[in-house]
Amino acid sequence: MNVLLDNLDLFGPFFLRTIELFVLSAVGSLIWGTILAMLRVSPVPVFRAVGTAYVTIARNTPLTLVFAFFVFAYPLLDIVKVDYFPAAVIALTVYTSAFICEVVRSGINTVPVGQAEAGRALGLTFGQILGQVVLPQALRSVVPPLISTLIALLKNTTIAAGFSVAEAGAIRSYLSERGENQLVGLLWVALGFIILVAVLSFVQRSLEKRWSVAR
Amino acid sequence: MSNVLFDVPGPKARLRYRGYAVVGIVVVVAFIAYIGWRFYDSGQFTARKWEWLEYAQVQSDLANAVLQTLEAFAAAAVLALIFGAVFAAGRLSDHAWIRGIAGFVVEFFRAIPALILMFLFYFGLPTVGVPTTPFLGVVFGLTLYNGSVLAEVFRAGIQSLPKGQSEAAYALGMRKTQVMFLVLLPQAIRAMLPTIISQLVVLLKDTALGFIITFQELLYYARYIGSQGTFGRPIVPSTIVATGIYVAMCLLLTALATYLERRNRRSKKVLGTPPTAVQEAVAASA
Repeated sequence: MNVLLDNLDLFGPFFLRTIELFVLSAVGSLIWGTILAMLRVSPVPVFRAVGTAYVTIARNTPLTLVFAFFVFAYPLLDIVKVDYFPAAVIALTVYTSAFICEVVRSGINTVPVGQAEAGRALGLTFGQILGQVVLPQALRSVVPPLISTLIALLKNTTIAAGFSVAEAGAIRSYLSERGENQLVGLLWVALGFIILVAVLSFVQRSLEKRWSVAR
Repeated sequence: MSNVLFDVPGPKARLRYRGYAVVGIVVVVAFIAYIGWRFYDSGQFTARKWEWLEYAQVQSDLANAVLQTLEAFAAAAVLALIFGAVFAAGRLSDHAWIRGIAGFVVEFFRAIPALILMFLFYFGLPTVGVPTTPFLGVVFGLTLYNGSVLAEVFRAGIQSLPKGQSEAAYALGMRKTQVMFLVLLPQAIRAMLPTIISQLVVLLKDTALGFIITFQELLYYARYIGSQGTFGRPIVPSTIVATGIYVAMCLLLTALATYLERRNRRSKKVLGTPPTAVQEAVAASA
């Protein structure tokens, strides 16, 4: 208990940083993943090919490697300077959006064709059909896998600790500088993640109950 | 091709799609060309940055690093499969206390990031006097995390089997353990094989986490070569090579999963699993 109480100045801000990293990357990957999903179901073969290529490469590359690229290699290319924290958000977004894309796409596939056909018969435009008929149903049917992907994202934020971002995964190295017991410190970090995951699971269950589509 | 978003295109729509295709190609080519130009302009394509690949010593070291990755993968995969089978059986046990313990262990290790588990083994154990190596840290971290995910996959597989399977086994006079390990688990493993293999792809990718606890695997070596002044610090080329190797290894595993799935679909012996269970298990492993 002392390890936690004596170092609250570490645990507090570092876990906040983790949550910040998680929220920013979650929003980023939801947006980018949905765009990728739309590319993958579009009627234009070129768009489909681009989406498929992106998802295949991103899903089969270790996240640590994506981080390594953005932190070590990208600065050499002299494009736009990014700091460690934004680089971590970009790396997490680039990787997670591929998984979000697959979840959203499977959701779109669960919507019966008749729904959109009915929409078209009523004279709705493409944007209206997508925004008011298909996507709401698709997103509701994929709440559980979507949140599971976000839970994986939350756990993946720890990798940023290996790349100079001061988040929960980095608490250990600071504790070791202070000469604290690392085993106990790590168990507290683990407990922190268990609590955060439990919160997300709770959100998942309540959304599932409230949003389930009767089909 | 008619799907929920688009009708079969008519002549006008086909023309429009062709326009979009042209725009799309232009955008993609422009993007790739820009990146390629940045690579070229910052000197990443010069011969000096790539000549490290020609040295026999570097090649054998690179092969060695890949071998380290594969060793950690193989050890962790076998242990995770055993861990998963045992704890899936435990969660389905008739004894409440075994169910409780197995459920707690599985939920516990699923909620902790794999990297933190590796830290626990690599940095935590020495503080209580247990010596460890980076290799053991990687293997045990991956085993506990992926093993508990696999336990849930196995459980979904077993629960999707028809009740008649275990009833028939009991009718033949088998014991509970025999029913579980001789009748239910083998069928569940076969039915869930594609999901299990995609989890193994996750495990293979996660070996790269070992880089953070100084396990000398492929990514570690790529970073090492990339920092060598003698080769002009080729971090960009070495990252590209490492990415290629990782993607190739993972795609081989994925191809195996696709092949097995297709074979399963043809043979009637394997019972289909409900898609939602599989889908959730896969998403959970991302």
